[in-house]
Amino acid sequence: MSLHEPAPDLPILFREVGVLAGEVTILDRISIDIQPGAPTVLIGPNGSGKTTLLRAAMGLIPPSRGHITWGGRAASPPTRRAIVFQRPVMLRRSVAGNIGYALAAAGVARAERERRIAELLFQVGLEGLRSRPARRLSGGEQQRLALARALARDPAVLFLDEPTASLDPAATRAIEDIVRAIGARGVKIVMATHDLGEARRLAGEIVLLHRGSVVESGPAGAFFAAPATEEGRKFIAGELLV
Amino acid sequence: MPENVSALHLVLTGDPALYAIVRLSLIVSLSATLFAALLGVPLGALIALTRFHGREPVIVVLNALMGLPPVVAGLAVFLMLSRSGPLGSWGLLFTPQAMVIAQAVLVTPIVAALARQTIEDLWVEHRDELTAMNVGPLRRILTLIHEARFSLVTALLAGFGRAAAEVGAIIIVGGNIEGFTRTMTTAIALETSKGDLVFAMGLGIVLMSIVILTGALAWGARRAGERVAG
Repeated sequence: MSLHEPAPDLPILFREVGVLAGEVTILDRISIDIQPGAPTVLIGPNGSGKTTLLRAAMGLIPPSRGHITWGGRAASPPTRRAIVFQRPVMLRRSVAGNIGYALAAAGVARAERERRIAELLFQVGLEGLRSRPARRLSGGEQQRLALARALARDPAVLFLDEPTASLDPAATRAIEDIVRAIGARGVKIVMATHDLGEARRLAGEIVLLHRGSVVESGPAGAFFAAPATEEGRKFIAGELLV
Repeated sequence: MPENVSALHLVLTGDPALYAIVRLSLIVSLSATLFAALLGVPLGALIALTRFHGREPVIVVLNALMGLPPVVAGLAVFLMLSRSGPLGSWGLLFTPQAMVIAQAVLVTPIVAALARQTIEDLWVEHRDELTAMNVGPLRRILTLIHEARFSLVTALLAGFGRAAAEVGAIIIVGGNIEGFTRTMTTAIALETSKGDLVFAMGLGIVLMSIVILTGALAWGARRAGERVAG
């Protein structure tokens, strides 16, 4: 159920977007379209600009040059966008308290919150841990709680920054199952990863980044079958992109 | 009977004069700590979460004021409350209320400076999440104060310790009047100078016990809170 009327946040269009940190170029002349549909997965080695691109798409970082539009609007408060960071920070509250906080921040009425907390806990498989202090959860459980917190915003677009980095295979599978289920409900997933296997399993669209630039982008099937660039071929072959 | 045994006897038998002084001391220092918390925590949070011209000098001054000499604080409050001072008409000089004000002046910078540092560190930790959740400024401040609650207990404890142990400020604005503004620290100073070491030692035992007990309670509350909240 939607908490708000659908906000036209999509497509998200990057046009000649550059992000600088002092003199250092983090993103360089990025022009991509993030359209509704299958998950868009950003891949590339560490430092290629994946996290910065996600944050810019979320609206957390203003471009130093170029512009980003969300459904045709240049400025858009992130009411229907949510993000899960690579290392989510939990509030010093219970699992249910963390979700309740996100619901309150999203403007969900107090009377609605208990029902929504139960729904979200079920969705991410944490219903047995609702009273546990959030900071005592394992890494995988914290990621699932971060997903629940993000879903509390009833997002139309969900950004995931390497959500399975440093998780074991079982925890990774749990997260990927949840991500698939969220995507199947019509939420646009935009995910960064440097795990090729994960990209193969989840991606509908691929954006390959290297040194802050988009090297290649397009349908995942075509990319993995026949990459159009030397960098793409090397990345798929597991060779070092330096 | 040796003096230390006599002092313990005074404490254990509940000497009325001694406990009247203890009661007033606790009321004054706890009230001052409460006022310091009400002023200092929001002030610290505001400085931590806002950017304004002159912020760095404000932080430097605030940190420096943690070491404000009690006699200077006492003198400043004395000048404010004296008959010819701006607040002279309130008639508070040489009353327990004046002592509360003086101790609050001493404790507020301690609470504010420690709260500012704690909340600023927490803001660095939580900034991305709270920004992504589109949390507004007021909720942000309340959230970070809530997140800092266990550290703020320690800050308040430090403030209470400062208030309970100081003598310079309250002796100037309170006057050490028997039965009215005499506290443990001013009484210890007076009785020691008069040579009544038994009474002074009795008060010293109570004062030390309060300081240790407060520390233990704060530590226990923090551990219990962390067990519950993580």
